[in-house]
Amino acid sequence: MFDGMPRRIVSLWFPRLASDRVLRQHPTDAPFALTLKQNNLNRIYCLNREAMRQGLHRGMPYSDARAFCPDLKSHPAEPRKDRDFLHVLRRWATRYCPWVGVEGEDGLVLDVTGSVHLFGGEDAMIADVRHRMVRAGLSVQAGVGDTRGAAWALARYGEGLAPPGDMLAALKALPVSALRLSDEMSVALQRLGLRRIEDLAKAPRAPLTRRFGPDLLLRLDQALGAQPEGITPLADPPHYGVRMTLPDPIGLLPDVMQGVERLLTKLCAKLKAQDAGARVLCVTLRRVDQDCQQVELRLARPLRDPHRILPMFERGLAEIDAGFGIDQLRLEATRVEPLPAQQVSHVTTRDKGRLDDLITRLGTRIGLENIHRFLPADSHIPERSFLIAPAAYSAPESGWDFNQPRPVCLFSPEPVAGTGPYPPERFRWRRMSLTTGRATGPERIAPEWWLEDENWRSGVRDYWRVETVQGRRLWLFYTPQNPGWFVHGEFA
Amino acid sequence: MRHPDLPFFPPRQGCTHELCGAGAFTFAFVLAARLGGDVLWVREAWDRVQINPNGVARFFDPSHMTICNTSDQKETLAIAEEGLRSGAVSLVVMTLGKPLGLTEGRRLQLAARDGKGLGLAIIPEAMGSNAAQTRWRCSPVFTAEDSTLQKWELIKNKSGTLGVWHVRWDAASHRLIVVSPAGK
Repeated sequence: MFDGMPRRIVSLWFPRLASDRVLRQHPTDAPFALTLKQNNLNRIYCLNREAMRQGLHRGMPYSDARAFCPDLKSHPAEPRKDRDFLHVLRRWATRYCPWVGVEGEDGLVLDVTGSVHLFGGEDAMIADVRHRMVRAGLSVQAGVGDTRGAAWALARYGEGLAPPGDMLAALKALPVSALRLSDEMSVALQRLGLRRIEDLAKAPRAPLTRRFGPDLLLRLDQALGAQPEGITPLADPPHYGVRMTLPDPIGLLPDVMQGVERLLTKLCAKLKAQDAGARVLCVTLRRVDQDCQQVELRLARPLRDPHRILPMFERGLAEIDAGFGIDQLRLEATRVEPLPAQQVSHVTTRDKGRLDDLITRLGTRIGLENIHRFLPADSHIPERSFLIAPAAYSAPESGWDFNQPRPVCLFSPEPVAGTGPYPPERFRWRRMSLTTGRATGPERIAPEWWLEDENWRSGVRDYWRVETVQGRRLWLFYTPQNPGWFVHGEFA
Repeated sequence: MRHPDLPFFPPRQGCTHELCGAGAFTFAFVLAARLGGDVLWVREAWDRVQINPNGVARFFDPSHMTICNTSDQKETLAIAEEGLRSGAVSLVVMTLGKPLGLTEGRRLQLAARDGKGLGLAIIPEAMGSNAAQTRWRCSPVFTAEDSTLQKWELIKNKSGTLGVWHVRWDAASHRLIVVSPAGK
């Protein structure tokens, strides 16, 4: 009677993942190392075989490594890109089986139960993996076993296949650190004389648990198969792209809009399922003569409402040259941001949405980076008492301080003739001769010494509000440390 | 809700109006405070005059203001037209440097009528367009006792008489006060 298929796990370990990734682009035979700055010291993060042969090792200070090996080539490490690369490999590994998980920073674990025969047996499968990895420029070590723990141990401590059944026979000669133990624990075990897995398996269990806690025997049991251990396969990241191929080419704007509307409806359903909203959308229109045209739409807010997005495409699509007709439409959300469902409140938010839509439409014409809003900032310096932020990437904030009278507009300081700490009686400004009618002040503003500012090099400023007899109300300042008068703004 | 002493303020909705003079910004801010809602301010990117939101806060909340920087006057007009037509903002202010043709002026009027918005074009002196509904010249006035007095002259009006008013803005009560010009 058939009693199921024995579980088989493959563990792949990429011992030099980070440096191999970089060397794929810049191949070299010379010693090579990646450096990572940790605790203010550049240390070696990953290195190639040649560098290892010269006696360098991981975690070594970079300056020492340079002393050992003067012709060492180096590159800064990018752990984030390495992680992304590992996820690319994970996706690639689904060609062997559907059940692939990531093991730590530099390994993969595959549950190949039932898919081995498709590749002609385990040996052939591992040979295939190795062949493809060598061709891709990656060094890999593989281990195959009945359990995840056994495969892990074999991949890292004695490459090989454990025949199905007795895991202890395959693992017994390996050191105890092959059981995924912490460094302290494996050192402590070695001090007790338990150097190999075989020794550990023979030792009485109760004293070990009392001494080391339950983790040690859990790891041992997981490796030998007495305790089950699962593999968490990672889901593919959601793909926000939809397309439509047409049996006959189309060319009229309403037809294209209709097509885009159908795609948008599908795309927005996908976005809704992921609680996300599109920030940048891109429509690719393929013409019958194989020419491709793209229309990009950058939204002022993440959106997933087809009725609001569609009208904003109209301007871009109207500029498309359909030629002999368009036979494929592709819509992709190239940038997606989280957009959680929001409570519908009794306060209507319709007008808010209308302003955002307006900003999006204006952004298609002049670029979203040219549309700003003001945000309050905490500074006494007039130029720095507010921030100019892109309206599409900021939320309105309140908290404006209007205790001090401030001019409605500012310009870069314009010098006027005047001497002494009191405002001049008469002065010329912008080819107008003005007479001071009333002067209010001074209000002293000191530069912020913690920020370097070219304009405030002249030291403290005494600001005066000068009302001229001619009508203009100006904001003048005097710089006592570097005598001179300037006009800086105008009041209402 | 017109001011009894200031019959043409706020100017008619659904139209574009013109402003000139040194106090044009003040007029625009007072109007924005009166209308409420969002303001779209369209200016050319090279313009060195920077609106100071801390000063604007005496009139209305600067977070209701959206600034568009454009590369030239043609773009300014296109943005203003789009903003007026959308009806999403209650006031569109544009600063113009070159004279406006009749076609462009008329397009702004039609856009304002479609969106039921209000447009303000801040123009240099004597460069008005015939299409404007009204044109105001605003200038600050010096008096010994008051420091916010403004003189607003209505110098063109398609549907009414012209006039001159002296006004001041009361920041505490957020009200426009019409002052009878004393001694004149």
